[in-house]
Amino acid sequence: MAEVFAEDSTSAGAMLDDRRVEELSSGRSRGAGIRVVDGKTTGFAHTSDLSEAGLLAAAAAAAAVAQQGGGKVRTVALGPGSIHDRGDRMLPDSVDKARKLDLLRRADEAARAMGDAVSQVQVGCGDSRRRVLIANSDGLLAEDDQVRTRFNVICVANGDTGMQTGHESLARTEGYEIFERYGVEDIARTAAARALVKLSARPAPSGEVPIVLAGGSGGILFHEACGHGLEADHIVKDASVYTGQVGQLVASPLVTLVDDGTVLGEWGNFAFDDEGCAPGRNVLIENGVLTDYMWDWLRARQEGRTSSGNGRRQSYQHLPMVRMTNTYLLAGSENADEIVAQTPSGVYVKKLGGGQVNTATGDFVFGTTEAYLIEDGHITEPLRDANLIGNGPEVLRRIDAVADDFDMTPGTCGKDGQSVPVGCGQATLRITGVTLGGTA
Amino acid sequence: MELATSVVDRAREGEGMEVYVTRGTETEVRAYEGAIESLTSADSSGVGIRVVLGNQVGFAYAGSLDPAVIDATLADARDNARYATPDADVVLAAPDGIAGVDLDLWDERVASTPMDEKIALAIDLERATRAADPRVRQVSSADYSDGRVEVALASTAGIRSTARRTSAFVSVDAIAGEGADTQTGTGFSVGRAPGDLNPEEAMVDAVLRSTRLLGAQKARSGRCTVVFDPRVVSTVLSVVAAALSGEAVVKGRSFFAGRIGESVAHGAVTLVDDPTDVRAYSASSHDGEGLACRRNVLISDGMLRMFVFDTVSARRAKTTSTGSAVRGGYAGTPTAGCRAIVLAPGSKGPEEILATVGDGLYVQSVTGIHSGVNPVSGDFSVGAEGLMIRGGHLAEPVREVTVASTLQRMLQAVVEIGSDLQWLPGLAAGQTLAIADMQLSGD
Repeated sequence: MAEVFAEDSTSAGAMLDDRRVEELSSGRSRGAGIRVVDGKTTGFAHTSDLSEAGLLAAAAAAAAVAQQGGGKVRTVALGPGSIHDRGDRMLPDSVDKARKLDLLRRADEAARAMGDAVSQVQVGCGDSRRRVLIANSDGLLAEDDQVRTRFNVICVANGDTGMQTGHESLARTEGYEIFERYGVEDIARTAAARALVKLSARPAPSGEVPIVLAGGSGGILFHEACGHGLEADHIVKDASVYTGQVGQLVASPLVTLVDDGTVLGEWGNFAFDDEGCAPGRNVLIENGVLTDYMWDWLRARQEGRTSSGNGRRQSYQHLPMVRMTNTYLLAGSENADEIVAQTPSGVYVKKLGGGQVNTATGDFVFGTTEAYLIEDGHITEPLRDANLIGNGPEVLRRIDAVADDFDMTPGTCGKDGQSVPVGCGQATLRITGVTLGGTA
Repeated sequence: MELATSVVDRAREGEGMEVYVTRGTETEVRAYEGAIESLTSADSSGVGIRVVLGNQVGFAYAGSLDPAVIDATLADARDNARYATPDADVVLAAPDGIAGVDLDLWDERVASTPMDEKIALAIDLERATRAADPRVRQVSSADYSDGRVEVALASTAGIRSTARRTSAFVSVDAIAGEGADTQTGTGFSVGRAPGDLNPEEAMVDAVLRSTRLLGAQKARSGRCTVVFDPRVVSTVLSVVAAALSGEAVVKGRSFFAGRIGESVAHGAVTLVDDPTDVRAYSASSHDGEGLACRRNVLISDGMLRMFVFDTVSARRAKTTSTGSAVRGGYAGTPTAGCRAIVLAPGSKGPEEILATVGDGLYVQSVTGIHSGVNPVSGDFSVGAEGLMIRGGHLAEPVREVTVASTLQRMLQAVVEIGSDLQWLPGLAAGQTLAIADMQLSGD
């Protein structure tokens, strides 16, 4: 198989920090990645030279690796091309830079108005447009035009106990029209409140404790506890704790987990993946039973099946691999407040930070950035930041309650040196025991 | 350099301009089951342009050196400058009279080594790792990679600097299994050329780290002395380095702010940022603004002496640049940061340190550094795996625990600093380090 992935991307960013608009930044990148797969070997070359000569040189470099025997010329009829029309979007180029600065200033003011203890505010606004064209020797031809917009606020609050930070972000696979629906002031206030509340935080407990995760607190639990472990590249190398587990009960029956690149506007949404395959709504775990893994073209071919639309790459300079899109737990039927009320003691996590997993062992960590003690069924004192550690299959079996207050959050997923935008979603849920890495 | 200066020459009257141009090539080989799984070869180049108009700065970059693209990038940077908040501290770096050291970071062998030899390095590494121990049941990746990068920087303020470097790297991920138990370990080796690499060491490290964790259990929660492996120390020092950035300090985002001259660490702690030491993987003769890199003593005998500054953060702090501007390639703008941190070694080797500690936890790797260590508040909480230390020796393996404290307390609670300094990839070297009174969280 031979494939050409051409990409033309532009991006812009604006940053307000320490009350100043520090600088605006604009970036552009254009190039093609050429992949030749022969048996189990992949040859890959990329170039920013899109002339016929440049492309042929890259193709020769990629083919030289993969081809053990002599080369042969085969003419392939491409098409019909799949081009996705996203309808009306407020494209980044059409937005006046002064309007972006207005968003930054409004957020800065709103954050600082939360209290004198808010000692520093950094506001960032960024957008990108990524146009891709993928053609391969199977005759596939696909084009996509992805527009993404993000806005984030980081606050520092200063008090008697030192400094604390609060972070909140909005990120959508849409244009600037998102600011008609989401208020930048709200994002800023959330970030500031998060930093302020931690000024009176006590050290987090240590040891195994029941945890209630708030709806939309990050959903990164599933991303780390099983998402990465369900990526077929780990499976085919027997480097995942979930290898050979299809049809087995791997989680509480309350868990139905879906990876879904089709959710319009979410951060991990696209019309075609980076191998030209349309995304799907893929059920990974249904009522606790593992139903399938996530697949890209290469790993699907090895197993004689089709891609699930999870072949993604950071840019034309990277090889595609199996990646998540928007990964979420279907909502349950319980009431979030009642789940807390029925928890005699534990920790309530309002917001999660990042995480990391070892897919071979299933051990994973994820950080809290806003958490409280639960005492006698009530949310009480705030806690300082800490990491939680657990083993994927064990933790998923310990989920004993799922509420109906589903929400999604955006994130950036790193794997093998490549970053891609992803979404995570979940309703309020309880885990009967996870190890919390506090100091108390 | 000609390209960088030719763009700078286009600066208009009263316009400041800095042009950063980079060109590079890279090779990456991944081996699997005795064959090439993937081989990447590529050239890349890019340009980053900063324009200063009055006291307003704008930035633009492009992943191409095509003249039409550079024109568009320059126009973007000029337009962006109109929107920044005017600030008298925003100026381009000017030559400060300090000459850069001459560092030889370029090795022709990266280009001259035949591809077949590079491929063999990855394939042989995989084969050797699989054969080393019957408990190694999988090698999920065995990689060879190298790169050559050339950088030129020119500005209207009189900066002209060029640098070039090569690098080569092998790494291997081993998965060990025994019964239902699975553990993993990574080994690597870095150098300026393929000939510098020690794949044997990478293999031995990956096998040892994966197999010695077999049978690991959670440990009981409690306070104990923790001995960190050199690789972990390098990672932790990188976070401490973030708090020593003058940029973080002037913006009130460092727990070190306002503490110059105070005791911030145990008296045995001397922390130096020295990019002029050729042994450092990240060694560099010039910083991200083209000023000479220099040896900066940040903490000596436990006392906080200085922060590192780029030109703008230095002006905001009423001081001068310490030659410490760092930038993330052509797409990044300069900011203040450390480049080659070294904690001054002590006199004891790892075994002696274990003997001194007696009982505690030896941590061979940590997870969740980004989610669990905060350079603003100093809160520290990471996932850890390693071995218990009993009677001065390594004992049973431990997994799925966390160790926690604050960076402030950890710096004061240093018990022993190892003599086994290792030059590692990244921005800090590392050695064995023992820290008292950390909270171990497990069962």
